[in-house]
Amino acid sequence: MLELKNVSFAVDADLGDREIIRDVSLTVPAGRLIAVTGPNGGGKSTLAKLIAGIEKPTEGRIVFLGEDITDKSVTERARLGISFAFQQPVRFKGIRVMDLIRIAAGKEITVADACAYLSAVGLCARDYIGREVNASLSGGELKRIEIATVLARGATLSVFDEPEAGIDLWSFRNLIEVFESMRAEVKDSSIIVISHQERILSIADEIVVLKDGAVDRHGPREEILPALIGTPSAVPECRPAEIASERRVFGQ
Amino acid sequence: MIKLDEIQKRILREVADLHEVPEGAFNIRSDGHSVGRQSTANIEILPKTDVSGLEIRIRPGTKNESVHIPVVMTKSGLKEVVYNDFFIGEGADVLIVAGCGIDNCGTADSEHDGIHRFYVGRGAKVKYVEKHYGSGDGKGKRILNPGTEVYQEEDSVVEMEMVQIKGVDDTERTTLATLKAGAKLLVRERLMTHGEQRAISKYDVRLNGDGASADVVSRSVARDDSFQKFDAKIAGNAPCSGHTECDSIIMDRGRILAVPGLEANDLDAALVHEAAIGKIAGDQIVKLMTLGLTESEAEEQIINGFLK
Ligand SMILES: Nc1ncnc2c1ncn2[C@@H]1O[C@H](COP(=O)(O)OP(=O)(O)OP(=O)(O)O)[C@@H](O)[C@H]1O
Ligand SMILES: [Mg+2]
Repeated sequence: MLELKNVSFAVDADLGDREIIRDVSLTVPAGRLIAVTGPNGGGKSTLAKLIAGIEKPTEGRIVFLGEDITDKSVTERARLGISFAFQQPVRFKGIRVMDLIRIAAGKEITVADACAYLSAVGLCARDYIGREVNASLSGGELKRIEIATVLARGATLSVFDEPEAGIDLWSFRNLIEVFESMRAEVKDSSIIVISHQERILSIADEIVVLKDGAVDRHGPREEILPALIGTPSAVPECRPAEIASERRVFGQ
Repeated sequence: MIKLDEIQKRILREVADLHEVPEGAFNIRSDGHSVGRQSTANIEILPKTDVSGLEIRIRPGTKNESVHIPVVMTKSGLKEVVYNDFFIGEGADVLIVAGCGIDNCGTADSEHDGIHRFYVGRGAKVKYVEKHYGSGDGKGKRILNPGTEVYQEEDSVVEMEMVQIKGVDDTERTTLATLKAGAKLLVRERLMTHGEQRAISKYDVRLNGDGASADVVSRSVARDDSFQKFDAKIAGNAPCSGHTECDSIIMDRGRILAVPGLEANDLDAALVHEAAIGKIAGDQIVKLMTLGLTESEAEEQIINGFLK
């Protein structure tokens, strides 16, 4: 479904160019859930932005459903069926949750439909549907609304950047249900989830470990996960977030 | 029966959400004349005799009634100054909808200067909505210079919503308010300017009594080569609280000047001014693009929401 061919991404830095993504080649087959993990600053979010078209590769090609999308805009890629939940969701003054879900769905939807998406991410729909997506929402609420918009898009390829961050345990389980229902709903759809959570890695079909901008390891979950357990790339859910982030110091 | 043509009807819809002759008290002014007027048992609308305008008297204790006084101008080159005085009785709770729409297809400037004075009785509640709208593709300018004066007695509440989204070339709005103890003033201004338009909005709010409060918030968008100035002054002359806010988006070559003016003349006056001016945040546009909107559709969504 998605193919990255020798993709590199460099930015201008003080001391010459800096390569954030280095020669990444990756194939995401149809109907799969791929988890991407690896150290902070490893390039995971940048990879997601390259797929969504927010950043353009300095080298390499990206092919989606047989079509070269390397030069396509964010909008074009969205319309082809790529959806992206940001690590840091954006706030909007005056745009209501209902508006955002309607835009995501790309058509007129009923309040009941919109509520169904919110309920799926564990929000009491009635309380949120009319609220503005502004600074009054908590980080966790915003994160869930972000996931609801991706759900509403019903895309062929959905990319989630650390969707569990700031979300409590109950909805963490919910999230896994969300992934499962998305895959059931859109035939042959695939999901890429960036996460450090063992719970999420353990439902993935494949795991990619991204380190220093390059693919460090990639293979079926059974092959990759055992070696990750106990490292910051696969944090058990019961560990409080603060400790988890402290322990994200990688013995490279 | 009142007869209105299509342009008049369209303007009435824009400025007063009126599809029919309104219920309750009203006066519809069109091209310098009253074309319909109705008083009710509690609200009396009388024409002034010395100058052009109305005297609107609302009985004490009047509840859940409304007054509509829209103004429509469709003749090019018309200039008028209108004085409307509102006397709102103690404990009344009313909605007042004003608004002016100018359709100018001619070459001469059309101008309406509405001077509105509100005498708000003790404990009364007023919601005032004023919309401005301009249309017509003539070279003549559409000019509106509203002057609003609000005199609030103890514990009265005035909520003002002022909207000017389209088509007015030049506006200079001045709002003067004095508040006695416990009185409360809330102002929500929404403004969008295009082309070469110019809009100036000045506030002079005086909090004179213990516990008086004012909250003046302007949200605006300046596009093309337009210019806006937001000049909000609050004077705290007693223990009181005042807040002014200018939250603006600039696009193209639009310019905005926000002038804060806080004057604390009492140790217990708490006054705050906030201003934020900038272009649309890039990540907002990108987010909406990932949902399938084009860049310009994303901008429109963001602005529509912002000015809603
Ligand atoms: N536009 C940019 N300009 C300069 N440096 C950048 C830019 N974008 C990303 N970086 C750098 O590239 C590296 C990779 O960032 P990225 O956000 O992709 O990491 P990540 O794997 O998502 O990390 P985390 O787990 O903390 O979310 C970081 O060192 C970051 O500072
Ligand atoms: Mg990241």
